[in-house]
Amino acid sequence: MTSRIGVVTYPGSLDDRDAARAIRAAGGDPIALWHGDADLPDVAAVILPGGFSYGDYLRCGAIARFAPIMEQIVARANDGMPVLGICNGFQILCESHLLPGALTRNDHLHFICRDQTVRIETTNTAWTADFSAGQEIVIPLKNGEGGYIADDATLNMLEAEGRVVATYVGTNPNGSRRAIAGITNARGNVVGLMPHPEHAIDALTGPTTDGLPFFTSVLTSLLASR
Amino acid sequence: MSETRVVVEVMLKPEILDPQGRAVKGAFARLGFEGVADIRQGKRFELTIEGELTADRMAALETLAGTLLCNPVIEDYRIVSVEGAA
Repeated sequence: MTSRIGVVTYPGSLDDRDAARAIRAAGGDPIALWHGDADLPDVAAVILPGGFSYGDYLRCGAIARFAPIMEQIVARANDGMPVLGICNGFQILCESHLLPGALTRNDHLHFICRDQTVRIETTNTAWTADFSAGQEIVIPLKNGEGGYIADDATLNMLEAEGRVVATYVGTNPNGSRRAIAGITNARGNVVGLMPHPEHAIDALTGPTTDGLPFFTSVLTSLLASR
Repeated sequence: MSETRVVVEVMLKPEILDPQGRAVKGAFARLGFEGVADIRQGKRFELTIEGELTADRMAALETLAGTLLCNPVIEDYRIVSVEGAA
């Protein structure tokens, strides 16, 4: 079943329902996953949603990384299952070492919440195939710890290998190195994104519907890989 | 039962910007304390461990310090003290 996409709920997740709604809007079947379950049901892809997890004690995503559900998600991701981490989900993917680097406190120390212009830098991932390279979109950005950092060698490698998925356009909103808003792994199946496409899939509730292609992309990718 | 107290400190690596430490440093200046060149904010964990802290358990503790207590991409940990060991 290629349209079953799991959404994990951690204690403190806020955006799991919007992620499920975005999957439904794209034509998929959202499957609710619970952080405390060790078994991953039959899903073709997984979204780690935004919000918080386990109080984000220690560091954002640091305890969620060790949640029972994560063992199978990490194993399946290493086998090529598409995984999208949004905001706190991005932090969890970095803590899990599925993605390089880390996310730290915004350089200006303020929580930020605004509609953000973002440039899609690569369509060569499971989650961005339905965009066009260089496309600029507007989706909400809301975080306190969204500053992407990695050492220069890692940043150079990400840019050289085309693994920067999205960059901030205009003023850098949180001090992210090289204005990075999202990255992918070498295989292109795991994507971490700081801004929130799941809040921009419906003109009634979002600033745009620019976020929807992330969710149609994965369905397209899953069909293509059958 | 014997107990061992272990203190672990976690600090951001020197090359990582510490906006919280910078804000605290700003407060020092506002409160009239001059001459603070730098402030770095870290975390301190005080563990009370029941039973004997064998070499194996100490190694496991070091592993957790390097994976759970700190993120080695941005932080270093240091075992500051181990007290009460047999």
